Amino acid sequence: MAFIPHTEADVAAMLATIGVSRIEDLFDEIPPELRVKSLAGVPEALNEMEIGRLMSARARSDGIALSFIGAGAYEHHIPAAVWAITTRGEFYSAYTPYQAEASQGTLQLIYEFQSMIARLTAMDVANASLYDGASATAEAALMAVRANRKSRSARILMPLTLHPHYRRVAVATAANQGVRFEELPYAAQEGSTLAEALAKYDSEDITALVVPQPNFFGQLEDVDALTDWAHAHGILVIAVVNPTALALLKPPGEWGTRGADIAVGEGQPLGVPLSSGGPYFGFMTTRMEYVRQMPGRIVGRTLDAAGKEGFTLTLQAREQHIRRGKATSNICTNQGLLMTAATIYLSLLGPQGLARTAAASHARERELVSALTRVAGVRTAFTGPYFHEAVLQLDRPVAPVLEALAGRGILGGLDLAAYYPELGNALLVCATETKSSADIERYRSALSEALQKVRAA
Amino acid sequence: MSNVPADLKYTKSHEWLRDLADGTVEIGITDHAQQALGDLVFVEVPEAGRTVKADEPCAVVESVKAASDVYAPLAGMITAGNPRLTAEPEAVNADPYGEGWLMRLKPSAGALAAAALLSAAEYQKLLEAEGA
Repeated sequence: MAFIPHTEADVAAMLATIGVSRIEDLFDEIPPELRVKSLAGVPEALNEMEIGRLMSARARSDGIALSFIGAGAYEHHIPAAVWAITTRGEFYSAYTPYQAEASQGTLQLIYEFQSMIARLTAMDVANASLYDGASATAEAALMAVRANRKSRSARILMPLTLHPHYRRVAVATAANQGVRFEELPYAAQEGSTLAEALAKYDSEDITALVVPQPNFFGQLEDVDALTDWAHAHGILVIAVVNPTALALLKPPGEWGTRGADIAVGEGQPLGVPLSSGGPYFGFMTTRMEYVRQMPGRIVGRTLDAAGKEGFTLTLQAREQHIRRGKATSNICTNQGLLMTAATIYLSLLGPQGLARTAAASHARERELVSALTRVAGVRTAFTGPYFHEAVLQLDRPVAPVLEALAGRGILGGLDLAAYYPELGNALLVCATETKSSADIERYRSALSEALQKVRAA
Repeated sequence: MSNVPADLKYTKSHEWLRDLADGTVEIGITDHAQQALGDLVFVEVPEAGRTVKADEPCAVVESVKAASDVYAPLAGMITAGNPRLTAEPEAVNADPYGEGWLMRLKPSAGALAAAALLSAAEYQKLLEAEGA
């Protein structure tokens, strides 16, 4: 459907109807001292040609690096068809119109996205997407407080193995709404949440437990044991999962005896290119019994008055325009364009394609870890199983090593010093199906030289 | 014209109370309230054991056109939420004073005497004043 702005004549007619001469007059009740007169520091507007040149120049300054950084955003091959279809005019205007049902194609696409995500996570119901994995985790925490009606504490256990940015976003979003987050330590040997650390909460009122899979270190958590412990104590389980990994790993809906209660994650690996941190998209799923506590839009399939199949926004009583201040969230939209790309990506790959992508990524990461640990002074930090990321321990500080690698056009991974100082010289490295054996060999030999250079300095 | 049984007490926010004579009261929404809401599609009732203050929102009734909170007319402890309403919210439309009860509550000491509840006649007047 077309998105056509009002003409000047339309605007003039509307203003005349309500007896106002200028649009500016509609804002006259805002005191002048509260109005921003100029935006210092914001440059003058550029036209399309100028902004295109500026951005191309900025992009060139990044060079064409060989990247082994994961840490929440992952480089995967995106079939050319994904963005060729996503950027068609029918999809490219991502916003749903105010009469959403007028745009049946958009709603059908969202419905298909929800169906795919629900199947991937083995959960009952998915929403139409959220902003990103971090905000989806924060929303899941708030949702758990509403959904777990037996718990009155609003205390949520959040493992240190959850992405550090997700932890910060969850605290920033939910702490001022009365949610208290308590950190769970991890086992120094395995790099996964310490099961014994849970015992001290056995007789406490806890609302939810967050379980990342794989965790920030790339390690696999014992999701069955964590889920069953939580449920035995009346605690809801919030799964934070990598969607690619779900093609191989047990989906959250099947964790433990009862399955997770809410599953969220970052959707970027599904067809969204790396681009300086975003825009990406979050996904969220839950059990049917908690659907009314879920934030965001939900599209349902129904029959119209003539008995024909159609798609509609459903369960809107959760949302702001109906429930006002008691809405489940201030989220009243979704990441339409990126969710569209993900739906097309998943359609093109299918379950087998996604499983092959996941298996190839895991195989490449094993190859990478085995190559890099042949370099003197490099060993793995943890012993447990991992997916497509792992933590390496270097015998020298990581920062100068990464700098030397960058000089050779290699982004060697994420230095964990700022996030996990207790791990010493720890480097988080990731490989996906996009890395060849030659790429891995190039990294190995560059790392060997970089370490020698740092030792000599 | 909506049904206002003479043996119940009422609130200005359209809840009714029945004294169960065992130290607890049963609470629901009035016939007028269910008519105004229209067909209910979802009812959330409180968990037994929860303590509520007077005028605290403690249940939600959602119809095809609106979602509304139901307020506790009295302070006390919830002894039961009507389990049937999860699967059959329409029981509130069909039988608001019977099968469609929302919750049972054990009032705090003195709460029942202190509450400003309306008699059937007073509630009827309120409805007339509201133009119902």
